[in-house]
Amino acid sequence: MTTQLDARIPSGPLADKWTKHRAESKLVNPNNKRKFDILVVGSGLAGASAAASLAELGYHVKCFCFQDSARRAHSIAAQGGINAAKNYQNDGDSVFRLFYDTIKGGDFRSREANVYRLAEVSANIIDQCVAQGVPFAREYGGLLANRSFGGAQVSRTFYARGQTGQQLLLGAYQALSDQINMGGVKMFPRSELLDLVIVDGHAKGIVVRDLKTGEISSFPGDAVVLATGGYGNVFYLSTNARGCNVSATYRAYKRGAFFANPCYTQIHPTCIPVGGPYQSKLTLMSESLRNDGRVWVPKNKGESRRPDQIPEAERDYYLERKYPSFGNLAPRDIASRSAKEVCDEGRGVGPGGLGVYLDFAESIRRLGEQTIRERYGNLFDIYHNITGENAYQVPMRIYPAVHYTMGGLWVDYNLMSNVPGLHVLGEANFSDHGANRLGASALMQGLADGYFVIPCTIANYLATQLGKKVSPDRPEFRAVEEEVRGRVKKLLSIKGKRSATSFHQELGLLVWEQCGMARSRDGLKDALQKIGPLREEFWENLNVLGGQQELNQSLEQAGRVADFLEFAELMCLDALEREESCGGHFRVEYQTEEGEAVRNDKDFCHVTAWQYTGPDSKPVANIEPLVFENVKLAQRSYK
Amino acid sequence: MNFKLKVWRQQNENTAGQFRDYEAINIPAEASFLEMLDIVNEGLIARQEEPIAFDSDCREGICGMCSLVVNGIAHGPGKAKTTCQLYMRRFQDGETIWIEPFRAAAFPIVKDLIVDRSAFDRIIQAGGYITARTGSAPDANSIPIGKTVADLAMEAAACIGCGACAAACPNSSAMLFVAAKISHLGLLPQGQPERTSRVRNMVRTMDALGFGSCTNHYECEAVCPAEISATFISRLNRDYAVASIREGLAARG
Ligand SMILES: Cc1cc2nc3c(=O)[nH]c(=O)nc-3n(C[C@H](O)[C@H](O)[C@H](O)COP(=O)(O)OP(=O)(O)OC[C@H]3O[C@@H](n4cnc5c(N)ncnc54)[C@H](O)[C@@H]3O)c2cc1C
Ligand code: FES
Repeated sequence: MTTQLDARIPSGPLADKWTKHRAESKLVNPNNKRKFDILVVGSGLAGASAAASLAELGYHVKCFCFQDSARRAHSIAAQGGINAAKNYQNDGDSVFRLFYDTIKGGDFRSREANVYRLAEVSANIIDQCVAQGVPFAREYGGLLANRSFGGAQVSRTFYARGQTGQQLLLGAYQALSDQINMGGVKMFPRSELLDLVIVDGHAKGIVVRDLKTGEISSFPGDAVVLATGGYGNVFYLSTNARGCNVSATYRAYKRGAFFANPCYTQIHPTCIPVGGPYQSKLTLMSESLRNDGRVWVPKNKGESRRPDQIPEAERDYYLERKYPSFGNLAPRDIASRSAKEVCDEGRGVGPGGLGVYLDFAESIRRLGEQTIRERYGNLFDIYHNITGENAYQVPMRIYPAVHYTMGGLWVDYNLMSNVPGLHVLGEANFSDHGANRLGASALMQGLADGYFVIPCTIANYLATQLGKKVSPDRPEFRAVEEEVRGRVKKLLSIKGKRSATSFHQELGLLVWEQCGMARSRDGLKDALQKIGPLREEFWENLNVLGGQQELNQSLEQAGRVADFLEFAELMCLDALEREESCGGHFRVEYQTEEGEAVRNDKDFCHVTAWQYTGPDSKPVANIEPLVFENVKLAQRSYK
Repeated sequence: MNFKLKVWRQQNENTAGQFRDYEAINIPAEASFLEMLDIVNEGLIARQEEPIAFDSDCREGICGMCSLVVNGIAHGPGKAKTTCQLYMRRFQDGETIWIEPFRAAAFPIVKDLIVDRSAFDRIIQAGGYITARTGSAPDANSIPIGKTVADLAMEAAACIGCGACAAACPNSSAMLFVAAKISHLGLLPQGQPERTSRVRNMVRTMDALGFGSCTNHYECEAVCPAEISATFISRLNRDYAVASIREGLAARG
């Protein structure tokens, strides 16, 4: 049985929807706010900003993260910047243009109303962050500086050196710390959500393992907010932090929340190439580098000369050649696929031929090394440290790597999932980026969700919950706790031969091959056939040492890998059933003769929101049709 | 490459720990220090021995989670690096490497190489912020801030909160950490209204949590992966002196 999804999009003209919605949203009066407990899981940009802002309003907030401090959430690693339609550069930017770029960048697979709202509140985010003391880059006159990013022809990206995520997160973390100090938020670091508690169909609590002591306990709440980030680590190697995982959203899925568009994953074009099997993660070189770096490979296959020995005429600046108007700033999916293509043709550079050059020689000649150093110094240092090469002198070598996941739990306009009370923010939800996210838009979305959307929209749910507090004595809490304990015990009792890492690596390689940059029907079917047996082996041959009542990193990891092993199947299934190419989802069967993605708007202009139906049955695909009233669906072109 | 490791193992906060010997065999020179430990841990698991517990997350030098003392140096040899940014090509084949947790009275050991640095969070909670209610901010360009000031504030703001400063200091002082936050916020016009209360509350909390005082050893600056300058400590001292005088004057009425 498929469910009709109601996104609860406000009526009226696009530009008025959010204002109208705010005016019409329910309010919870200050006395009543104090009666509500909100559980915020995650302390990244989305979680920290939400927890702080909700506490400011008077709600009681409990906030959880698995790192030892809220400040270490994965958001800290974002480098390049955050978009906002401020038009400080007077270059013709506007809310509509940012909206349009985001919709187009997402290959017309996102919801108009949400994206417009995102563009609308983007300007407030910058104001908010500056008020908190976020040290954005400035011009000599003291005003804010901007740079441009992939997929846009205006300069609307605000940045703090190459550490924008760090500075934005510290701003949110400090606001959170203020609220912790005031007693509005209680913070639970080193705590991992292992399950969601549903009472009478509503999300009313979570079950958490204290990673220091191993204690498993449940926390009741009037609403649950998941801001637990993306699932890029299903591929094992990615630019995500090691701890990033799908467990929170996948557990919620198994409790009834719909998982939308899991096949929309983003491969970032500018990462340091893989060195060997020992590698534990991949490092991103911010896309902002493409502002001043030129991407090229040798024209000849099997070229053996050093890059500086290859004359201009024998270089192929393939992005500039294929996409003259966007050139090196072509969107990520296009840039990544183009890199794969030239490497598949045998023109890749570096070990294994899995790399392309990102060359700064011309910019250094034009602007001077000092300017390049000021703009990207820390990135060049990172590159040097990892590869031992000096990119001021030789071109960087880069290759695409998994970076971001557009898919996530389905949410309505209020950011509430189909499970009443369960709200989902940031990378964990599916909402704003369609099939491909533009650079500098994730930070924007996380903060929009946390600072400006959820503080308003959560009231629409809570206002219906006055006087309906669920008693922590309800049997549902004990039952889920017991299930969680049983699962942990099972992981510890298998006592097989293989580590969780070895399963994770095997799974990662499989999905990277078959559900990575290019996907095919046969490849996906092959992956789907192999994941099940791998999962079975996991549950028979896993080796986790140590106990439950202590800090046990192998156990933590095993739990996350177990969820990846189930989730990978959902991702491949979604990729198989989406018979079109769009954004980051490239199906080899659907491409033009020049190798460009071919969408199928007739059959696939919708969101697929998967519904769990049990361990041995196929999930049900629920559909949310995407209706475009303000933009014309067009073949995305960056030529 | 091959290495002999001397690794601190400790079951939990309440038990005694000791160095144990391990062999790291067939380690690629391109591997990072933490990847070397990953390889050792996989070997331990295969031999049914409990792997070595250590913290890490981003593995690119920004989250501040990794926290090892390598051969007696917080974050190991080399300037401006976190442990996760340390690569094995820096070591000699066959070398013996000592690996310990960050040690400071205010950072109790949780297990093996993992310490509890929540004291740093508590210092920030005491005042390391600018109060700015969501939604109440003026237009971002309404407060121009000269590039020089903004850049200096950014230098201080770059602190990753790893705790190497306190681990390296003979007195286990957290002055560099506190100075970085005081300077980041105190340099900016937005940070002025709370400047006095901020420094007072942060310094007092730092003292109460058991961090030592600063006697100008500059070990903190030497190990800081974010290259936070010790000159910020002078700034902190000035701000604190002013705050104390103001407090004294206020007390006398
Ligand atoms: C290297 C890199 C660079 C990037 N650069 C940019 C950029 O320049 N611009 C841009 O816009 N975007 C960028 N991004 C993307 C962006 O950083 C992320 O999408 C965004 O920060 C996600 O924020 P979040 O709050 O949704 O989740 P996260 O920051 O991932 O936070 C997740 C939180 O949830 C917690 N958590 C997760 N699971 C559990 C659980 N089971 N139990 C308890 N807690 C849990 C974690 O502890 C953490 O606190 C970059 C990403 C990477 C990897
Ligand atoms: S793991 Fe993040 S700084 Fe080392």
